Amino acid sequence: MIGAMLSEAWMAMGANRLRTVLTMLGMVIGVGAVILMLAVGQGAQQQVQASIASMGSNLFIILSGSTTSGGARMGGGAAPTLTLADAQAIEELPAVVAVAPSSPGTAQLVYGPNNWSTQIIGSLPSFLTVRDWKLSAGAPFTDSDVRSATRVALLGQTVTKNLFGEEDPVGKTIRIKNSPYVVLGVLAAKGQSLDGRDQDDTVLVPVTTAQRKLFGTQFAGTVRFIMAQAESDEVMPKVEKSINELLRQRHRIHEGADNDFSVRNLTAMANTAAETAQVMSLMLGAIASISLLVGGIGIMNIMLVSVTERTREIGIRMAIGARGRDILLQFLLEAIIISVIGCLIGVILGVGGAYAANKAGGMAVLVTMASIVTAFAVAATVGIFFGWYPARKASLLRPIDALRFQ
Amino acid sequence: MPETYQMDSNPVIRIERLYKEYVTDAGPVPVLKDVAVTVMPGEFIAIMGPSGSGKSTFMNILGCLDVATSGSYLLNGRDVNKQSGDELAHLRNQVIGFVFQGFNLLPRASLEDNVALPLIYSGIPRGERTARANEMLEKVGLGSYRHSRPNQISGGQQQRVAIARALVNRPKLILADEPTGNLDTHTSEEIMALFTELNQRDGITIVLVTHESDIAAHARRLVRLSDGRVVYDGLVEHAAPQHLETTT
Repeated sequence: MIGAMLSEAWMAMGANRLRTVLTMLGMVIGVGAVILMLAVGQGAQQQVQASIASMGSNLFIILSGSTTSGGARMGGGAAPTLTLADAQAIEELPAVVAVAPSSPGTAQLVYGPNNWSTQIIGSLPSFLTVRDWKLSAGAPFTDSDVRSATRVALLGQTVTKNLFGEEDPVGKTIRIKNSPYVVLGVLAAKGQSLDGRDQDDTVLVPVTTAQRKLFGTQFAGTVRFIMAQAESDEVMPKVEKSINELLRQRHRIHEGADNDFSVRNLTAMANTAAETAQVMSLMLGAIASISLLVGGIGIMNIMLVSVTERTREIGIRMAIGARGRDILLQFLLEAIIISVIGCLIGVILGVGGAYAANKAGGMAVLVTMASIVTAFAVAATVGIFFGWYPARKASLLRPIDALRFQ
Repeated sequence: MPETYQMDSNPVIRIERLYKEYVTDAGPVPVLKDVAVTVMPGEFIAIMGPSGSGKSTFMNILGCLDVATSGSYLLNGRDVNKQSGDELAHLRNQVIGFVFQGFNLLPRASLEDNVALPLIYSGIPRGERTARANEMLEKVGLGSYRHSRPNQISGGQQQRVAIARALVNRPKLILADEPTGNLDTHTSEEIMALFTELNQRDGITIVLVTHESDIAAHARRLVRLSDGRVVYDGLVEHAAPQHLETTT
């Protein structure tokens, strides 16, 4: 019975090919748009989440703060007010897991015929813990390297590629500012940060080495920023408060005076970015869903026309024994077939479009099985929902009225 | 009641005190008034009457396409007024074969598919549907046209296809509403010969509406309607000339 009805529905669709194709087009565009928009939205979301994961979790960054000089207030980081001793004091606070004081700078690296300018961060071995950064080869430097300010370095992936190519850098000696540094290890790939910087284009050296031998600060023992990791998400506000109090005390800042440092909750900022991406993803999906709805209304419109046009046919069918539900099923099947085929084409075009946006536009896309299944289910539901009313209308016709219809 | 039929068998159709009114803006218009007709198995009845006499309405009620305003209608002993929509569809599918003046074939379907259509609604599997449709097309002499479309054959041939469709579910009763109304005399005679053969050889009960006396002459019994009432019910050969009058 269903088999016979399917082939009849197919025939009816074939009799009005252009109309069927145009009706289908509504579904194709609707489903294609939903798949593509979800892919773009989820791609962006995934990118943000990957950046967050690469940053490390429950992170604070403490920047040496603004200072006031002759009435002119300087921007953050202008005065080097943070010291290694500050970092040590923060580490002793409860609920703080790890602290990494950092002194960044830029220098030219040379290995053999290759050279590369990159960011060099002087820090402690705990930097790797705080940033949740693994080594892909070699070993990290140790506290004793920090104590004696040895010339050792850990290279990021981008740096390794530019200086060494395919060669294994571990144990090799590179030159930074004409001094030899032994490469102890290679940092695992991190990818892009939230603001789009290449996190792998970096070199890590002991903080003491950076301070004394590479960049030589004006104020001995100061660092540009300190990264601190709290033990969990819940204690972050408490830890932020205690860091503030501790540093105000250590820097002897009077009641009411501005801080000469600033504490930023990186994780909260990252979460905001993630939420933004999610909202964007939802909105793209919602807007695309409207076209799916419009496609469904198109199906309903055509099915209503079709029922009117074929009233006599319905009468003939009823006269020879079709029940109301047979007529209902026939028209419903037509609507479902149109929406399901339209949906299949839409999925293909949507996935293809996402792939093209990725290849041609360099856009981050993520086509998930869930989005395809959802789009498919929604399209089938739309077909049934919008096909139901015209089909029901057809099935409720009285045989004699349908037969007499001209 | 013609004496040629056994009185102990059950009637196919038993209609009593049947009334039908159409509701119009000007109020109810009575179309059938106190109609009573009993049809026994194997009868061949012609229903005649001038335009507006209610014969088409009567036919639609007989065919379960329309319902009476009041009165009783027993089809094969079942009270049609008490049947649900699905049960009526079942009666139209299994018990009645309907032949229309305008043939009412599906223009896009092949003759084979047209004839097989009632079998879809009986839930017959595909192979058997095709076999039975072709058997019926052979029976009406159109076996070689099975893949043609209705618009590729003549009117007489289309009516044969419609008859094949009416026969495909092996009904006990064929209802034909002016089956020759759109056909020329020669073709009409062929169609009537087919009806006669179905009645005499296969014992199928036939009720047909016509306004032509020479078509009615093929039947054995005549029911004449005038202004919604039965004015004659008896053998065709006993009918007075005015009851056989050809009307338009």
